[in-house]
Amino acid sequence: MELVTPGFGLIFWTTLTFLLLVFLLKKFAWGPILTAVKDREESIDNALKSAEKAREEMKNLQADNEKILAEARAERDAMLKEGRELRDKTIDGAKEAAKAEAEKMIENAREQIEMQKRAAMTELKNQVAALSIDMAEKILRKELADAKKQEALINEMLEDIK
Amino acid sequence: MHRNIFFTIITAFAISFGNAQEHEHITSDLAASDLDTHEDEDINAVIMHHIGDSYDWHLFDWKGHPVSVSLPVIVYTNKGGLSVFSSSAFHHDDAGKEVVEVNGQRFVKYHEKIYLASQSANEDGVYLDLDEEHHALNARPIDVSITKNVASLFVTAILMLIIILPAANYYKRNGSGVAPKGMASFLEPLIVFVRDEIALQNIGHKHYNRFVPYLLSLFFFIWIANMLGLIPFIPGGANLSGNIAFTMVLAVLSLIIVNVNGKKDYWKHIFWMPGVPVPVRILLAPIELVSVFAKPFALMIRLFANMTAGHIVILSLISLIFVLDSIWVSPAAIILTLFIFIIKVLVALLQAYIFALLTALFIGQAVEEHEHH
Amino acid sequence: MVGSIAAIGAGLATLGIGLGIGKVGGSAMEGIARQPEAAGKIQTAMIIAAALIEGAGLFAIVVALLGTNTGA
Repeated sequence: MELVTPGFGLIFWTTLTFLLLVFLLKKFAWGPILTAVKDREESIDNALKSAEKAREEMKNLQADNEKILAEARAERDAMLKEGRELRDKTIDGAKEAAKAEAEKMIENAREQIEMQKRAAMTELKNQVAALSIDMAEKILRKELADAKKQEALINEMLEDIK
Repeated sequence: MHRNIFFTIITAFAISFGNAQEHEHITSDLAASDLDTHEDEDINAVIMHHIGDSYDWHLFDWKGHPVSVSLPVIVYTNKGGLSVFSSSAFHHDDAGKEVVEVNGQRFVKYHEKIYLASQSANEDGVYLDLDEEHHALNARPIDVSITKNVASLFVTAILMLIIILPAANYYKRNGSGVAPKGMASFLEPLIVFVRDEIALQNIGHKHYNRFVPYLLSLFFFIWIANMLGLIPFIPGGANLSGNIAFTMVLAVLSLIIVNVNGKKDYWKHIFWMPGVPVPVRILLAPIELVSVFAKPFALMIRLFANMTAGHIVILSLISLIFVLDSIWVSPAAIILTLFIFIIKVLVALLQAYIFALLTALFIGQAVEEHEHH
Repeated sequence: MVGSIAAIGAGLATLGIGLGIGKVGGSAMEGIARQPEAAGKIQTAMIIAAALIEGAGLFAIVVALLGTNTGA
């Protein structure tokens, strides 16, 4: 019975001491400790969150970069293609033009050559004709120097006419 | 610096009240017990003496005389008012034979209790009226003495302050950005454990913040008191947390905190249980009302019984040596005691945890708000 | 004599507590083995259940204790 009968003295001192202790610790210990722990947890939490955010941003940035790069590449490709096309077109055009020009020049030359050839031919013909007449004159003179031969010739010719 | 303060206080204590004195003593210690006759009853008395309270703090026996720190006796009587004197005035008498006269009041100590002495001694020289069962019939003064348990209580409180305040200072000094070091690094996991596992989990995130300081104080107070009780010599050796007055105060505080914070739903569940037929409600109300008091009562009994039972078991095992009157029993007794001691270290923590946990649980039930029904 | 009867009462009460807490502990172990991730919650629930059982038993022990001391 003694054991389970609470004594007044101890009840009094325990109540007093414990309440005082709770008060003191709450004010000077638990308050600051809990605040500090909470603050730290929050700051760690925030740091983690911001790190996560930074990582996310980094990712986005990277994705953006990738996109820009891809765009740039595409643009470059397009430009290159265009350039190539332009070049090809230019070259083709130039070739065409050169060809046309060359043909024209060739044509011209040919015409000229033809013309000159014709002129030369005409000259040649004329000269050959003059030469032939000369030669014929000379032969005739020689042939017709003798009266007999003249007569024979007249006869032959008359024969032919007949 | 705190250590210096602590030592100053202890020294002051020792100087003002603690004239360690040697006197003839009555059966007060295990080794000195007279075990030839009525062995069982003597062992019983010795064990009861050890788990009970006393007015001086026994240190050791020197040449058959007890050496102890005397503690102040503070008693109040209507006639004599407040009387304060050192317990050494009783000269280690515990049989009511030594009368101390203060402020015109005469006191005797009998079985570790202070009584108002009778006018004259009986045939055995005892200044008390005793019944057949040797219970004193004399009136008792209002006794708020600094007994062994109260001194142990102060030691517990001071220990808590010198453990926890430097840790708090560390946070104050360094702010929250620094990792805890020293005592702070030891305390922080425990504090976070109490906050998250005991308070948050059982009370809920809406209300738990308010109760964390109380639960923390409760947890560390009980734990340190338990651990001090396990130390067999000064500053331990008192059975503080195995004293029903101590556990009663904590349980009553829990009862008050739980019921003061009781929300509408809590009271409704007690007096008019929703969701059951009316006759059952009427039947349930008294049962629920009893359970309001039964819960802290169980808290009180649990801590008291656990700590006291542990002390009794340890003392009984040691007593085996004297009961069987053979030194050859001692190895077995010591190994068994060691085993119990290890369990007790675990129980010391476990009981502090359970007390705080159940208090948190009851608070949680009280502040809980149901959304349906 | 009353004391010893009270002691038997305390023993019987302890028997009951032992059985009860044993069952709670055993079931909790099974639960933890089945769902190790819920160990924390099961532990808390187990301690609460054990504490309540123990509380009921402690009442009986206190009654036994009262019997012992008044009888002696």
